[in-house]
Amino acid sequence: MVLKCRHVWDHISDYIEGTLDPAVRADVEKHLAHCEICSAVLDSTRNVIILIADDRVFELPVDFSKRLHARLDMVLATESPEPG
Amino acid sequence: MTTPAAVSRQERESALIAAILDGDREKFHDLIRPYERQVYLTALSLVKNETEAEDVAQEAILRAYRKLASFRGDAKFSTWLIAITLNEARTRLRDEKRVLLDSLDNQNLENGDYTPAALTDWREVPLEALERLEIRALLGQAVAALPAAFREVVVLRDMEELSVNETAEALGISIALVKVRLHRARLLLQKRLAPQLRIELKSRKKSGILQRLPWF
Ligand SMILES: [Zn+2]
Repeated sequence: MVLKCRHVWDHISDYIEGTLDPAVRADVEKHLAHCEICSAVLDSTRNVIILIADDRVFELPVDFSKRLHARLDMVLATESPEPG
Repeated sequence: MTTPAAVSRQERESALIAAILDGDREKFHDLIRPYERQVYLTALSLVKNETEAEDVAQEAILRAYRKLASFRGDAKFSTWLIAITLNEARTRLRDEKRVLLDSLDNQNLENGDYTPAALTDWREVPLEALERLEIRALLGQAVAALPAAFREVVVLRDMEELSVNETAEALGISIALVKVRLHRARLLLQKRLAPQLRIELKSRKKSGILQRLPWF
């Protein structure tokens, strides 16, 4: 089946996930092979996903861990977990 | 999918949990350490304010300690912990009556029309660029600007890298809904970020590392 650009966009996320039905995937790939726009959309969507997965983008506040474990120390010293 | 590494992590966690429940409370520090970041990001995905997110993260972790005996080995510890964190954050939002407004904002988004940013000259991003504050700020703002229902899914699946199934389980929604929201969220991020990042990266072309990278 020949896909229009708009239909290819609908499949971009599943395409990246690798969960597209093989027949649809083949149609999408056929389209991507000759459509500069859609392959750019695919690449940039993939790039965005790679970027936001990078640990450097969202950092913990300074001393987050220190404050957390200090608070835990106080609770652990005085409380047991509730009986199940 | 269960890899050998995941199995050994799960075994290590089961042993830690058994020891904690048996009285070796200090081991809770070790149990929680690998998940601090995940808990914080999950909290931040809902409350959008760093101080409040830290507070929610601490409360969620304390709650996980107190309720540890109710953890059943049939879910992953991380999924259980994230569900507690989401719950903690939602309780707080409900108290502040912010949830209603957010859910009104979300109406019709799942069926909305969408046109991506078609920029054929923005193909690859060097990860070195992330050392730069501006790039990180753009990414942070874009995620923060997503409607809450989309942000939750993106944070769990794309930032914390849970599977689609784990994301559905943690949020208490169907796998199909996770996929729909993930798709919309990713395209919204692409639409906003592709032009911004392209400009930001191009403006620095002549300085530093980008100079050596041909695709800008
Ligand atoms: Zn196309």
